[in-house]
Amino acid sequence: MAGTAIGEAALEARKLVKRYGEREALKGVDFAAHAGERLAVIGPNGAGKTTLLSILAGIARPDGGEVHLPNGDVGWVPQQAALYRRLTVEENLLLFARLEGDEDPPASVEKMLDLTGLRERRDETIARLSGGNQQRINIAIGLLSRPVALLLDEPSVGLDPRQRARLWEFVSALAGGGTTVIFSTHDIQEAERYGQRLLVLADGEALFDGTPEELRAAVHSETPEAARSDFETAFVAFLQHRGH
Amino acid sequence: MRWLLLKDLQILRRSPLQAALLVVYPVLVALLVGFAISRDEEKPRVAFLNEIPSESRIVVGGRELPDVGVDDRICRRVTCVHVEDREEAIEEVRSGDVLAALILPADLVDRLNSLSTLNPQTPRIEVVVNQEDPLKARIVDDRISSLTAQANLAIARRMATEGGRSLDLAVNGGTVEVIGRKIEILGLRGAARLLEMLRPSLPPGEMREAGDRLIRFARAARDNLDVGATLLDRLAQPIVVDKEVVSEPTPPLDLFAIAVAATFTLTFITVLLVAGALALEREENVFPRLARGLVSRSALLAEKIGLGVAVGLVITLLMLIGVQLFIPFDWGRFGLWLVAILAGAGALAAAGAALGAAAREVRAVSLLAFMVTLPIALLSLVPSGTVGGGVYDGIRLVTALFPFKPALQAMTAALDPAGPGIGDPLLHLLILLLAYGAIARLALRRFAAV
Repeated sequence: MAGTAIGEAALEARKLVKRYGEREALKGVDFAAHAGERLAVIGPNGAGKTTLLSILAGIARPDGGEVHLPNGDVGWVPQQAALYRRLTVEENLLLFARLEGDEDPPASVEKMLDLTGLRERRDETIARLSGGNQQRINIAIGLLSRPVALLLDEPSVGLDPRQRARLWEFVSALAGGGTTVIFSTHDIQEAERYGQRLLVLADGEALFDGTPEELRAAVHSETPEAARSDFETAFVAFLQHRGH
Repeated sequence: MRWLLLKDLQILRRSPLQAALLVVYPVLVALLVGFAISRDEEKPRVAFLNEIPSESRIVVGGRELPDVGVDDRICRRVTCVHVEDREEAIEEVRSGDVLAALILPADLVDRLNSLSTLNPQTPRIEVVVNQEDPLKARIVDDRISSLTAQANLAIARRMATEGGRSLDLAVNGGTVEVIGRKIEILGLRGAARLLEMLRPSLPPGEMREAGDRLIRFARAARDNLDVGATLLDRLAQPIVVDKEVVSEPTPPLDLFAIAVAATFTLTFITVLLVAGALALEREENVFPRLARGLVSRSALLAEKIGLGVAVGLVITLLMLIGVQLFIPFDWGRFGLWLVAILAGAGALAAAGAALGAAAREVRAVSLLAFMVTLPIALLSLVPSGTVGGGVYDGIRLVTALFPFKPALQAMTAALDPAGPGIGDPLLHLLILLLAYGAIARLALRRFAAV
């Protein structure tokens, strides 16, 4: 999608700091995401996941550090569908393609209709679509700017298991096409299943950056019993061991 | 920006009920307010019993005055419900069908006529009131007091006129008809002349001195009574009102009512539409996406203000053209209408944007827009002098901070060729447009908080 080769750093966060008054929501977070990679940002409530994604998306400004994007822009998909519910699927895509300054908005709309599999529902208003299909259009709009990295803030919230499966199939296909996908989630099993790498945040600190297997290995060295259980139990043990 | 404008119009088109309400409700409110301020003051219903015999006439100086048309005079000021007798009048009041009963007793004229006799009796009329509605009871009191004052004045004038005639006869002489016979009256002037002619023929001494005393009396009486007629006329209405208008010329009531109706329409449509459209961007979670770089906050504000101005202009013009079918306007002033509507809509749209950015949620913003707009619009119609000075100063300050009043002044100036200039209200609207635009822009800073 972005045309960058897999393995190349598509996005790099350096020492990101964000303060809300006295509270420090991010405490010098560092990480890099590579082209075609799926990075899951996980952590308990208030860990700083949404703040991190907001800074990466350019919605919020960091109080310290910087975001480096060597090959282009990021696409942002907010947690709740950011769509005009009274407009049709096609009208929403066309509007945002025009606002993005797309050279050929109708062609981009056709492409997104194919990508989302919603061509036959192009004339339906967003309000009539299921939550899963709304999320697909939400993501498609995030892709209209042809970003090198796509940021998804808890994309599967409110979706039933079938819709979730379809959503991740869609997202995995995007990553397969070379787009870096960074998503936040509360669902640890989902993070294990769809995240190639995990970034664990707690109280604004990055506690872990690695694959699910590496996280389980880390837990095994500290609390072997938890490491043998399901991934969520292992994750909770990991946090508890670090005082969270 | 044009794509966002197109999107907003598409959304309006997709919500026909909301769009219809947005247009119909303000137009209805506007027409009701316009109707309310332009209609005649309500006449209270009063039971009326005139027991005076039809042949009775007021007599002054032995002369009968013509019929003064009491029934017509009274029933022009109140809605008369004619009753047959006193009991019926009281029953009408008691049942609440009328607010009061006015009874002119049969001896009213006789008592009036007795005023010029040695045995004067006070003429009385009878009023029976129902005080269950204090406001209307006050109206009835005022009307009856006014009617009584007018009746007293009319009678006093008639009596003064007749008194003046009698004085004129006594001073200058003339003829008067008594029981079908014409009698010549010499008058003081003629009497003085005759006495002066006779004086030389009077023998000197006591007779001539008596003659001189008579001549002096006749002269003094003539000179002093000569001004009596004027004095009598002044006594009937000693104070004359000299009215001086110090304000700008006021527009005719029908034009003012149309200006009020048009401004109400413009205000509600523009404020509600802009506030709602801006709040919708947040409610649909789209604002952060737009503000990431697709549309600047200032451009978004300009788009919403443009939407409000465009829709407000179309609806207000349509309304004015509709009203024009019934009350013709001066089409030569169409350019000024456009200027007034555009300036008013701009400032009102900016105020709507400030409300929309502050409230951030469509339902809350609709409620807030009504809570702010309706009372301020009504306060703007409060005329000076109807409330205390301090209160009016407060009202003037509050209404100057919201664009309704200057928009109304601009609209009135545009519609009324004889009215005040449009420059001041346009400048006022421009200042409010800039101020509310700045407030809205500031409020949008926290609009995208996630």
